[in-house]
Amino acid sequence: MLESKQLAAQRGTTTLFSGIDFKLAPGDALLVTGANGSGKTTLLRTSAGLSHAAQGTLSWRGVPVAPFDPDLRAAVTYIGHAAALKDELTAEENLASLASLHDGGAASDAIGAALALWSLERQRALPARALSMGQRRRIGLARLALVSRPLWILDEPAAALDTAGVALLCDMIGMHLARGGMAIIATHQDIALSGPSVRGLSLT
Amino acid sequence: MTAVEAEAQAPSPPGAWHGVAWAMRRDLRLALRSKAELGVQLLFYVMVVALVPLGVGPDPALLRALGPGVLWIAALLASLLALPRLFAMDFADGTLEQMALSPYPLPALISGKIAAHWLATGLPLVAASPLLGLQFGLGRDELTVLALGLLLGTPTLSLMGAVGAALTLGLRNGALLALLVLPLYVPVLIFGAGAVDTVRTGLGATAELSLLAAALMASLVGATLAAAAAVRMALD
Amino acid sequence: MNWFRFASPASFYPLAARLTPWFGGAAAVFAAAGLYLGLIAAPTDAQQGESYRIIFVHVATAWMSMFIYLVMAFWCAMSLMFNARLAAMMAQALAPTGALFTALALITGALWGKPTWGTYWAWDARMTSELILLFLYFGYMALRQAIDEPRRADRASALLALVGAVNVPIIYFSVKWWNTLHQGASVSLTSAPTMAAVMLAGMLLMALAAWFYSIAIALTRVRAIILERERHAGWAGEVALAAKAAR
Repeated sequence: MLESKQLAAQRGTTTLFSGIDFKLAPGDALLVTGANGSGKTTLLRTSAGLSHAAQGTLSWRGVPVAPFDPDLRAAVTYIGHAAALKDELTAEENLASLASLHDGGAASDAIGAALALWSLERQRALPARALSMGQRRRIGLARLALVSRPLWILDEPAAALDTAGVALLCDMIGMHLARGGMAIIATHQDIALSGPSVRGLSLT
Repeated sequence: MTAVEAEAQAPSPPGAWHGVAWAMRRDLRLALRSKAELGVQLLFYVMVVALVPLGVGPDPALLRALGPGVLWIAALLASLLALPRLFAMDFADGTLEQMALSPYPLPALISGKIAAHWLATGLPLVAASPLLGLQFGLGRDELTVLALGLLLGTPTLSLMGAVGAALTLGLRNGALLALLVLPLYVPVLIFGAGAVDTVRTGLGATAELSLLAAALMASLVGATLAAAAAVRMALD
Repeated sequence: MNWFRFASPASFYPLAARLTPWFGGAAAVFAAAGLYLGLIAAPTDAQQGESYRIIFVHVATAWMSMFIYLVMAFWCAMSLMFNARLAAMMAQALAPTGALFTALALITGALWGKPTWGTYWAWDARMTSELILLFLYFGYMALRQAIDEPRRADRASALLALVGAVNVPIIYFSVKWWNTLHQGASVSLTSAPTMAAVMLAGMLLMALAAWFYSIAIALTRVRAIILERERHAGWAGEVALAAKAAR
C-alpha cells in the first residue's frame, strides 16, 4: 500500500541515499538500520510526507503522493526524535493535546488508560519538565494507543526506553501488524520483531 | 479491509475551526503558564514611548505632533520583538511537524497560533495606548482613533510578521526578520498614524480605518496561507 | 522548437553564453544613442537649465528597478509552480541588478532634487516608494544568503518575492496617500508638463539600453550561478577543464 520507487534524498549537494525501493502491504514492517548520518531520519520523513525526495516517487494506495498529501497525512502516525512535548503542560495535558491534534479528541479515561499502559499513572499530573527522557518518550509513544492509523513511522522509538519499555513497544508493534497495520521503524538497537513480513533495510 | 483501517475511518472529517480552536487553546494555556514572558512586550512599548520625549525635548506642541507616529512606530517595534517566539519553540520541539501532519488544515492551525500570540502581545498594547497617548497631549477623539487603529492594525502586523517568522525559521540572524517584515508594515503604519492626523484636522477617519480593516481581512486569508507554505518549506 | 529543452541548467548554459554578446552590444548602441540625444541634442530646459539632463538616467533606472522586480517575481512564481531550479537561478541573477538600478534611481533622483528644489531628499511619494523597493531587494538577497540549503533558499526567497510583489502596489498607494496628506501640493518629479519629442525619445532609448544591459548582465550572472550550484554535475567539470585548457 505504501510503495517507493528509486527514492533518493540530498542534503545540500551531498546525496544521502539513492535507489531505495520498498513496498509495504498490510501487516508488513520495514526496519531501517544504518550508521549515524546515513539518512535514516530523512527516509522516514520522506515516507511520512514531510520532505521532498530529490528523485523517485512515493505512492500511497497506488497513487503517487506529494509531500503533505492529505490522504497520506490521514493515514500516518509519525513519531520523530523530537517528542513534541511542552515543558509547561502536564503529562496528561500533553498527551490529550497531541491526540486531539490528530483525532479530534479522546476521553479522559482513554488518556488515563494509555498512560497507565506505559506506567505513567502516577506522573499524569506532573509537568513534562519534571519527567525523565525515558518517561517523555513513553508519553510520545502513548499516542499510538489513542490514535488509530494504518501506517506507523517511528524514528528510533526505543531510544531512552528501559527493557520493559522496549518489550511493550515490540508487543504493540506486533499487535498493530497483526491487525493489518504497517510500520517503518528506524532503529539502532535490535527491536525484537520477526516474521516473514518484517524486512530490513540498511542504509550504509 | 483490515481491522486497523476500519478503526481509522471512524472519525469525522476535521473542521478548520476545530484546528483554530486547538491551536488557540494550547498556545493561550502555554502563555498563561509562563507568565514571565507575558509583560515584556508591553514594558518595551512603554519604555520606547518614554524615550522619545527624552530624545526630542518635552515641548508639548512638538510631542503632540509626533504622538501618533511615535505610538505607532513603538507598537511596530514591540510587535517585531515578539515575532521570533511565534514558531521557534514549536519548531525546536517537534510540535510544528506534528501540526503539519495533522488532518486539520495548517493555515487554520497557524491562524489559531497567531490569534493567541496577538491576544498575549498585541492586545495589551492596544489597551495601553490611550494612557500613553495622554502623555503626548492627544485629545479624546484622537485617542479613540488611535486605539481603534491599533486594534485593527496590530493583528495585521502579527499576521504579516508571521510570514516573516516562518520564512526565517531556524535561522540565527535576528535582524533579518526585521528587514523582511518592515517594508510590509509600512501601509499599516501610514494608515494608522494618518488616521489620527486626519481626525486632528476635524475630518472623520472612516476611510483610513476601513482600509485597516480591509488589510486585516486580506491578511487573515493571504498571510495564513503564505505562512503555512513557508512553514512547510522550513520543515522540508 | 522545444523551449523546455532549455529548462535544464546544463543546456541553458551555452545558450546564455551565445546570447550575452548580442544583448550587450545592443545595450551599448542604445546607450550611445540615448546619451547623445540626452546630453547633446535635447534643448536646454526653460526652468531647470542644464541640470535636468540627469532625468535621462534617472527615469531609465527607475523604470528598470520596478520592471526587474516584476520579472524576478515572475521567475520566482515559475520556480514554485514547476519546481524548476533554473527559474530560481534567473531570479537570483536578477536581484543584484535590480537593487543596483534602484540605488541609482535614488542617487540620480537626489542629484536632480538639489539644483531643482534645493534639497537632496524631499520625501515625495515616488522616491519613498523606491527606497522601500530597495529594502525589498535587500530582503530577498539577505534571505537567500542566510539559508544554507539551496532548495529551501530558492523556495523561501521565491515566496518572499511574491509576497513583496503583491504588496508593492499597496505600499505605493499608501505612500502616495501619505504624501498628499502631509504635503498637500505636489512636489512631483513627474511634473514635466510638456516634453519635447527629443527628450522623450532620449528617455526611451536609455530605458531600452538599461533593459538590454540588465538582460546581458543577468545572463552572465546566471552562468556563474549555474556553474557554482551545479559544480558536482559531470558537465560542469568538463566546462571548467575546457576553460582551463583554452588558457
